[in-house]
Amino acid sequence: MAATGEPILEVRDLVKHFPLTQGVVLRRQIGAIKAVDGVSFDLRRGETLGIVGESGCGKSTLAKLLMALERPTSGSVRINGREIADARRGDLKRARRNIQMVMQDPYTSLNPRMTVGDIIGEPFEIHKEVAPKGDRRGKVQELLEVVGLNPDHINRYPHQFSGGQRQRIGIARGLALQPEIIVCDEPVSALDVSIQAQVVNLLERLQDEFGLAYVFIAHDLSVVRHISDRVGVMYLGKMVEIGKDVEIYDRPAHPYTQALLSAVPVPDPEGRERRERIILQGDPPSPANPPSGCRFRTRCWKAQEICSVEEPLLQIRPGTAHASACHFAETHDVIHV
Amino acid sequence: MKKTSTPVVPSREAPGSEPLLAVDNLHVEFVTRQGVVKAVNGVSYSLNAGETLAVLGESGSGKSVTAQAIMGILDSPPARVPRGEIRFRGTNLLELSEEARTQVRGRRIAMIFQDALSALNPVFTVGAQIGEMFRVHRGASKRDAQQKAIELMDRVRIPAARQRVHDYPHQFSGGMRQRIMIAMSIALDPEVLIADEPTTALDVTVQAQIMELLGELRRESNMGLILITHDLGVVADVADKIAVMYGGRIVENALVHDIYRRPAHPYAKGLLDSIPRVDLKGQELYAIKGMPPNLLDMPSGCAFHPRCPYRQDNCVVDAPPLYEIGPTRGSACHYWREVLDGSHG
Repeated sequence: MAATGEPILEVRDLVKHFPLTQGVVLRRQIGAIKAVDGVSFDLRRGETLGIVGESGCGKSTLAKLLMALERPTSGSVRINGREIADARRGDLKRARRNIQMVMQDPYTSLNPRMTVGDIIGEPFEIHKEVAPKGDRRGKVQELLEVVGLNPDHINRYPHQFSGGQRQRIGIARGLALQPEIIVCDEPVSALDVSIQAQVVNLLERLQDEFGLAYVFIAHDLSVVRHISDRVGVMYLGKMVEIGKDVEIYDRPAHPYTQALLSAVPVPDPEGRERRERIILQGDPPSPANPPSGCRFRTRCWKAQEICSVEEPLLQIRPGTAHASACHFAETHDVIHV
Repeated sequence: MKKTSTPVVPSREAPGSEPLLAVDNLHVEFVTRQGVVKAVNGVSYSLNAGETLAVLGESGSGKSVTAQAIMGILDSPPARVPRGEIRFRGTNLLELSEEARTQVRGRRIAMIFQDALSALNPVFTVGAQIGEMFRVHRGASKRDAQQKAIELMDRVRIPAARQRVHDYPHQFSGGMRQRIMIAMSIALDPEVLIADEPTTALDVTVQAQIMELLGELRRESNMGLILITHDLGVVADVADKIAVMYGGRIVENALVHDIYRRPAHPYAKGLLDSIPRVDLKGQELYAIKGMPPNLLDMPSGCAFHPRCPYRQDNCVVDAPPLYEIGPTRGSACHYWREVLDGSHG
C-alpha cells in the first residue's frame, strides 16, 4: 500500500545507553553499552519501514524505545506529533494505544495460563473505552476471524495451537486497540519455512485493510525486501543507510550494506561459482566500546585515515539518491535477493 | 600416529565400490506416553567422499533424528530402530557392538550442532575441550593435546590461537564458538561430517564465514558433508545433491540444479514458490496452506495430502513410494509428472 501524507512516527536523534556498573555497595558507572546511538527516521501512514542489521546492532532496543518500554537516554519519539519519550501516565497510556507490537517468539510471548480470549482481550482491560465489557467477547471473536483463526476457539489455551497459529494470536492482540502503527520484531523468524509466507501475507492484508504502518525488524533480507517500502540498515547502534527498497537492494552505497547483501545466500544454484562474495572478517566490535569515527571501519575494506577521526553522517552523498553514512559511499551492484 | 581400525569397519584406505555412507530404509520410532511417534519412516540416502548432501526439512520432518541415528546418539529408550540399515563403507553400523561404534563415532563420522554454546562445557577452557579429543582417542599427553588444539584453532582461523587456547567458551562470540565446535569435530580427521543447522543461530555475515570454512575443510580432506538445514539459500549455495524430508520421509531427492530448476514434489515446489522474489514484489506470496503434520497423528496415505494442490482421491489412502524418475532423482508423489510440468522456468 502506498504511503501517504504526514509522518505518523518521527524519531529524532534517539539514544539509549545502558550503564555498565562495577561494585556492589559502592556502585559506580564504568561505561555504557551504546545500544542505540543517534537514530532518526520518519514513518508515514500505511508505510512499511524495514530495519535490518545483525545481532547487537540495536534493532530490538529501538523497538522497545518506540514502544516506550525503555526510556531513551536522549532524543525524541513522536507519534502523530505527540512526544512519547518523556510522556507519563495518562499521556503515555493514550500514546500506546496507537502503537502496538508483534513479538518474535510466539511460544514465550503468550501466557500459557490464559485462554486465547483473555490474551487478545487483555488490551481492553487496560483501555476500557475501546470496548465496553459486554462487547469484548464479540470483539475478540471478530479479531480471531480477521487473522484467520476459528472464532470458536476463543476458550482454548496457547499450547493447543501451532507456531503459525500462535503468531496469529499475537497479531490479533496487536490489532485489538486499532493502532495506526505496529512494530514487528522478527515476526516470522521463529516459524517453519512453509508457514512464514502465510504470516507475511496476513500482515500485508491487514495493512491494506486497516491502513497500518509497520516498523518491520528482521534479519531475513528477502522477506524485508518483499514487505518494505523503505529499508534502514543498522550497525552498532547507528543507522548506516536508509532509502527506498530498490535503492538499498539494487544500489547500496554503504560498504556494510553491500557486505550484508552479498552474504545472503541466493536460493538459486545457477551461477553460484561466479557469484561475488564480500566475506567480512571478524565479528562486530562491542557496543560498550565502539571504534572511533566510523564504527564499521574495523571491518571495512575501504577504511582510510579519515574514517577513524571523523564520524560520517547519514546524508545524501554524491552519486546516490538516498542517505548513507560513509565517507566513501559509492553505489555498487551486489546481488539480488 | 596410525589409525587402528575396528575389526568390522574397513579402514579408510580400503577400496570399495560402496558409497561412503548409505542410509537404507531407516525407521526410527519414539515410545512416548501418548503413543509411538514414528519420526523416521523409511529414509534412504547415500553420500560419497568429497560430496555435500543437503537434507532439507522443517521441524519434525525427521532430518535431525536420522543424523542422530547415524551417529548412534539416540537415547534408547525411548528411541528404537525397528528396521533399516546404516552402512558405512559397507558395514552396517546398527549391527556393531557399542564398543565398535565408539570407534566410529567422532573418529570416522563426526557431527557439529546448531547451538555451540550449549554444546561446549562452560567450565573447561576451549583448549582442554579440543585437546580432549586427542587425549581420549589417541592417548596424547596433555602438552601434545594442547599443541594439537592450537593447530586446529589455526586451521579453523581463530585469530591468536596460542593465547586464546586458554580462554573459556563464554569469552568467544557465537561465530568463534561454532569454529571451536568445528575444530573439535575435524580433530580426528573424520571421513563424514554431519552439520546439523550449523549456522541457524548466527548472523548472515558470520554464516557466510562458517559456510566458506566448512567448504574449504571438505575440499582439503575430501570429507563427505551432510548439511542439515531448512534454509533454501544455504542449500543452493553449497550442496551437490539434496534430500527433501517431510513427515519422516524423503519426498524428493535430486541433484541441486535439477530441483531448483524443476521440482518434482509438490512440497519442494511449494517451498521454492514461497521464496519472496524481486519481480513479484507487491503481490501476495505463494504460501503452502495448512501446517506441518503432527507426528502422533499422521495423515493417511501421503502425509502431504491435506496441504497439496495436486491431491487426488488415491493420495488419501495410498502412500506413494519414492518413484525413481531419473538416474539421480526420486519423487514420492503419484503425480510427479504433473508437478514437473507445472513448474516455472
